[in-house]
Amino acid sequence: MNIVEQVLAGSKRALARAITAVENEYDEAVEIMQQLYPHTGRAHVIGITGPPGAGKSTLTDKLTKEYRRQGKTVGIIAVDPTSPFSGGAILGDRIRMNELTLDEGVFIRSMGTRGSLGGLSRKTAEAVKIMDAAGKDIVFIETVGVGQSEVDVIKAADTTIVVLVPGLGDDIQAIKAGILEIADIFAINKADREGVERLNTEIEMMLELNQTRVDWRPPVKRTVASLGEGITELLVAVEEHISYLQKSDQLSMRRTKRTQNELMALLDEQIGRYILKNITSSGEFTAVVAAVERRERDPYSVVANLLRQVLR
Amino acid sequence: MEKRIRVLVAKPGLDGHDRGAKVVARALRDAGFEVIYTGLRQTPEQIVEAALQEDVAVIALSLLSGAHNHLFPRIVELCRQKDMSDVLIVGGGVIPDTDIPGLKAAGVAEVFTPGTTTSAIIEFIQTNVK
Repeated sequence: MNIVEQVLAGSKRALARAITAVENEYDEAVEIMQQLYPHTGRAHVIGITGPPGAGKSTLTDKLTKEYRRQGKTVGIIAVDPTSPFSGGAILGDRIRMNELTLDEGVFIRSMGTRGSLGGLSRKTAEAVKIMDAAGKDIVFIETVGVGQSEVDVIKAADTTIVVLVPGLGDDIQAIKAGILEIADIFAINKADREGVERLNTEIEMMLELNQTRVDWRPPVKRTVASLGEGITELLVAVEEHISYLQKSDQLSMRRTKRTQNELMALLDEQIGRYILKNITSSGEFTAVVAAVERRERDPYSVVANLLRQVLR
Repeated sequence: MEKRIRVLVAKPGLDGHDRGAKVVARALRDAGFEVIYTGLRQTPEQIVEAALQEDVAVIALSLLSGAHNHLFPRIVELCRQKDMSDVLIVGGGVIPDTDIPGLKAAGVAEVFTPGTTTSAIIEFIQTNVK
């Protein structure tokens, strides 16, 4: 059996290896993805995002246990930041998920961002597909702890949960653009803390000002993930969102948009690689760089020229 | 994208002291490794299963409880059973010199005792990783 057949047959070792191949861009990665692609599109993908320390990992752990009680299999991709200096990373999300390690129906993979700035790693979407093809019913993507603008998770997830905690800021924070706009569901975690009423009101007021998206108003759910409180209610909200997506044309619209984005990103990547290989690593390019630096030529006409070479 | 060495840093058994493991994890991070840290009180089964899912090249065990002669070989054995013999297994902690030959014979590639520099650990991993 080759690696693809093993992944489809449910081998965890093959699943792990396939993700590594894709993450490190091994030669066989393209072929693996080509063969797995027809088997994707079945899993429901849930994004979990929010600031560092909000409780994303603990919430993912608890939601996974709930899905396991329902008999569903779960894949989890947990992204943590890569150091911009050393390229190394400490991936620590498993700490909150240790009880899931030996569950045969759960597969957890940690990924470093490796230079990506949108809250995911560049290969997260591929890892989701591999888990999907391996037959996981639910795939969670847990982003890095985000600030205000790391919103890549909506490109990969069907349902996005934004996790917030009381006490992080005043009400203007809640009307800023960015992660608050991407929520399909809000979870106020650590809801036993002071300030939960105020945060809840602020989110509701922000949603009130929302002129568009009237067909789905993101529900606001309160949880205390460490104690398992509010988890069932949060899961009900996810299920409601799934059935909304299916009843409206939203699911197919989102997935069309995603396919479009993926094709463009792949094209972008291949063209970039072509340019790197054929243009920017040539001696001619080094000479052009020097000429631009000396102000003998300008970057804009140089790029226009290079582009004509590429498209020739 | 160049290959990054992935290391699982784990604390097997009933031992609540993780300062050493964290220092090593941090040093490995600064050396450009991707370190998966799983936290305290892991069973050998949990450690090997996490190593399998994370597809790591190295398992670095930290243990201060004295149970190394039991737990380290068990982890090596579980790796063999799961067809993960290519994973480099190293250990560290307060381990008597007299126990080290036995651990190595059991399949632990190297044992680092107190006083080892982090650069020695990094160098050993970089030289011996498959």
